[in-house]
Amino acid sequence: MSESTPMVRMAGVDKHFGELHVLRDINLEIPSGQVVVVLGPSGSGKSTLCRTINRLEPIDSGVIEIDGKVLPAEGKELARLRADVGMVFQSFNLFAHKTILENVTLAPLKVRRTARAEAEKDGLALLERVGIANQRDKYPAQLSGGQQQRAAIARALAMKPKVMLFDEPTSALDPEMVQEVLDVMTGLAKEGMTMLVVTHEMGFARRAAARVIFMSDGEIVEDSTPDTFFTAPKSDRAKDFLGKILTH
Amino acid sequence: MDLFSKYDIFGAFWVTIQLTLLSAVGALIWGTVLVAMRVGPVPVMRWFATAYINIVRNTPLTIIILFASLGLSSTLGITLVDPDSTTSIADSSFRLAVLGFIAYTATFVAEAIRSGINTVPVGQAEAARALGMGFTRVLGTIVLPQAFRAVIAPLASVLIALTKNTTVAAIIGVAEAALLMSEMVENESDRLLLVFVLFALGFVILTLPTGLLLGRLAKKVEVRR
Repeated sequence: MSESTPMVRMAGVDKHFGELHVLRDINLEIPSGQVVVVLGPSGSGKSTLCRTINRLEPIDSGVIEIDGKVLPAEGKELARLRADVGMVFQSFNLFAHKTILENVTLAPLKVRRTARAEAEKDGLALLERVGIANQRDKYPAQLSGGQQQRAAIARALAMKPKVMLFDEPTSALDPEMVQEVLDVMTGLAKEGMTMLVVTHEMGFARRAAARVIFMSDGEIVEDSTPDTFFTAPKSDRAKDFLGKILTH
Repeated sequence: MDLFSKYDIFGAFWVTIQLTLLSAVGALIWGTVLVAMRVGPVPVMRWFATAYINIVRNTPLTIIILFASLGLSSTLGITLVDPDSTTSIADSSFRLAVLGFIAYTATFVAEAIRSGINTVPVGQAEAARALGMGFTRVLGTIVLPQAFRAVIAPLASVLIALTKNTTVAAIIGVAEAALLMSEMVENESDRLLLVFVLFALGFVILTLPTGLLLGRLAKKVEVRR
């Protein structure tokens, strides 16, 4: 792949939920290594945008490419491409019947066919990195929300993804646990991971993102640097949104 | 208690146990396959499993067992045994009965597991798909293991019902408990009550521990969320 191939490319993407037009002509290119934060009021389509990138939500029309490869329809090809796209969910979605270490090693063992010893070594190293190696033999329900979300990040990283998608990763957390998850994400961003983060954490957007995308009513309304977006938003919808969240 | 020396009561209940266990294992396997087809992405399989479950589940067991004996064996000549064997008639009835019980009980197993699948949050399957697992793997390693743990108690009820349903095999001459009972009812008409109590007790002894043990297992393997 040449330097100029974007890691994620969306062109002319449209999606409806019944009558509702949730994504309107989305055009977006994310170069390798860039951290993009997606902001917008609820119902603006930002989570849907995130979920279309690994086709957890199918699209009506348009093209989505990951690292130059067009996202295929259902089947083995799609599964292979998804393996390269890490995803972190709002509700963690750790496998409830597996221990933390099993959660992290399952996909490398079953999908990548990694040897068990190697998968466990890598898995432990990842758990160490997100600071929960001592919880390895517990079940998800025994961990705090922040620990669960960090385990979920480790699980996604275990597949050595090319890009990471975060769908409101801190929205379900108690306030005192938000920071520990954001710290892990900031660390990832610094290491050059390509990331698309749907979030309400403005601090994270300012600190870690290279680019902010503002969505409203299924459209990308603004696409700029965090500085420009927070200090000089161009559209009325963005001004209105920022006014509501920054003035309390 | 000369009844026990006159009649092979334990032998008859042994046949009941064999009918139950073989049918249970078969029904668990076939029921799992049915539910996999029913929730799967292939329309033809979904259609087949739905139709099969709805038709067979709503057909009286007596008709299914009679069909297995008369329809398959007598009319179509499908007997599942070596015709030259000396016990071919008894074996044939037994095997066809097991086949009938599997076909019937699997529909209840499938519906129980499907209700278990509905207790598994959709995010579990989404997370597995996002990691690159295909449908079969998502179902086999993430969804079904959690679904099974949620439906052990209902499956115990299905197993208890199956144990008692095996008495229907008497109508095609399988030498299980109910067949012996009707024989004893004819011969021991002065001790009818005793005969009934004896057989009722026999079934309670078979089914009561099943319910208790599986109930305990259900608590033990419960998935915490």
